[in-house]
Amino acid sequence: MHPNDVILQTITKCLSFIIVIFSFYVFLAGHHNPGGGFIGALTTACAFILISVAFDIETVRKMIPVDYKYIMATGLLIAGLSGVGSMIFGENFLWQTFDYFDLPLLGNTELATALLFDIGVYLVVIAVVLSIIFTIGEEH
Amino acid sequence: MTNLIILPILIPFFTAVILLFIRKSVTVERIISIIAGIAVVIVSGLLAYDVLQNGVYSYNLGGWVPPFGIALVADSLSALLVLFTSIVVLVCLLFSIRGIDEIRTKFYFYPLVYFLMTGVIGAFLTGDIFNMFVFFEVLLMSSYGLITLGGSKAQLRESIKYVLINVISSAFFVMAIALLYSVTGTLNIADLSSRVAEVGQPGILTVIAFLFLIVFGMKAAIFPLFFWLPGSYAAPPPVITALFAGLLTKVGIYAIFRIFTIVFYHEPQITHLTLEVLAVLTMIVGVIGAVAYTDLQKVLVYNVVAGVGFIIFGISSFNEAGIFGATFYLLHDMLIKAALFLLVGAMIIITKTSSMHKASGLIKKHPLVGWSFLVACLSLAGVPPFSGFFGKLFLIQGGFEAGQYFSVIILILASLLILYSVMRIFFNVILGEENYETMNEKVSIKGLLYPSMILLFLTFIMGMGAEAIVPYISDATETLLNPELYIEAVLKE
Repeated sequence: MHPNDVILQTITKCLSFIIVIFSFYVFLAGHHNPGGGFIGALTTACAFILISVAFDIETVRKMIPVDYKYIMATGLLIAGLSGVGSMIFGENFLWQTFDYFDLPLLGNTELATALLFDIGVYLVVIAVVLSIIFTIGEEH
Repeated sequence: MTNLIILPILIPFFTAVILLFIRKSVTVERIISIIAGIAVVIVSGLLAYDVLQNGVYSYNLGGWVPPFGIALVADSLSALLVLFTSIVVLVCLLFSIRGIDEIRTKFYFYPLVYFLMTGVIGAFLTGDIFNMFVFFEVLLMSSYGLITLGGSKAQLRESIKYVLINVISSAFFVMAIALLYSVTGTLNIADLSSRVAEVGQPGILTVIAFLFLIVFGMKAAIFPLFFWLPGSYAAPPPVITALFAGLLTKVGIYAIFRIFTIVFYHEPQITHLTLEVLAVLTMIVGVIGAVAYTDLQKVLVYNVVAGVGFIIFGISSFNEAGIFGATFYLLHDMLIKAALFLLVGAMIIITKTSSMHKASGLIKKHPLVGWSFLVACLSLAGVPPFSGFFGKLFLIQGGFEAGQYFSVIILILASLLILYSVMRIFFNVILGEENYETMNEKVSIKGLLYPSMILLFLTFIMGMGAEAIVPYISDATETLLNPELYIEAVLKE
């Protein structure tokens, strides 16, 4: 007995893209507007959870074919190294800076080293949420 | 040099992260964790040496000047505690090569130990009260992982209590910080100290001081708040208990040291009198438990409680001898409690029971275990050539100088009962007729004994070579009794 959820699945296909794009927006907006690594990662994780509800957990596993614990460890490593990086330049641990760059398409953009730390946070939070939900979800 | 203070936090953190990647190959994991353990010992030894040479050292994270940013502060007390923490962790890692099963190792034993170490060392080095809360949570989260690791029935039952108690005490911690922030408007410990000194600690600040006493008392297991400790510490395997007994309660004691010598020292007739009463009750409860039980781990667990009482008593004397004795005893206690739990772990592996009456006569087949245990017992009780003696001597001197005669008598009687409680293990299990389950088999305890021998050797050095380490501890005492040294080093007006 499998209920026919074609409407849910079709909507999920469109909606998950919108959620992921919104979560990236929130993630990148964090320096000047409400948002940041933590909330961005939770929103991205929501998209994956929606897919796992509409299809099943295996679908998500195929989309991210890596063990989530490695993603978590990578995130911690990035966050930690972003603090150590400043020590190479003779500054204190966790020192940060920013500058303006002319990027193609985006024009004059402010790039801050705090973003590197946020990428770490982003990866850790996504991996933690997904591994908690899927570890509980898989045990029957 | 400038970045030396951050290394004892960073090395365990990165080691833990790297160990997450190589979960499958146990041997590589062990090699990396032991190399990193040695590296932390060396780095924290250098830090301790540097602090003794150049005085209190403070480091601004991200280059923000305190009180606006987070400062890491290393005075002699925290530098010594970091050094002893790294030694205890290294020794427990050496024990864990043979002392913990493959399943537990594969489910992130080593990363959890290193995250625990990050939290403990961070809590010792931080100069910011909210940052201290965060490091407390780091070490508590890892200890939740370690206490449930393996998932036996007793562990799951006790971990529920342990987690519940710590969640409640963490909530109290946040409330206490919120109240303190609303009164003083700062979170930096040095800045807090000078602002509390400005207003002379009115009633509301004394109330907040008591709230902190409840929080740290729950972590350190002082008298009315120790009830979670005996069950929780007896549940996990001995090597994890050795880590907990050597480090976790000590972090709570360190926080009491910091808060009650640097921030809330203006009303000693209220706060320090309470500390004295609680310390004496903690000693009494600890020795009652230690004498009452016949389970090896339970006896030692109650000895942990009694040891906390001795150290808190030293803080309550609040004079040079008392603080000196408390610091000395704190350092000695870290080593000897870890050594005792590791020795009892080896004994349980030999006899396959933790009851005192089901096994006896270990000394015929395993003489080294027996004699090491005797040395550990004598050192714990404070017999002169070993390190426990000097700590207690100065605690007693400090107590007499502060006029706490009754409490000193209790302290001496408690020491006697502690000696009785551990010698009972020695006479029942080590001596006597040979009678235990595996007495006809050849049980190999290769690799389980030398880690505790390292610790015993260090306590022996601490006792015999007390001359050499006295300058370090006097330096720590001086900073604790003169908060302006700490404040000047951090705020650098």
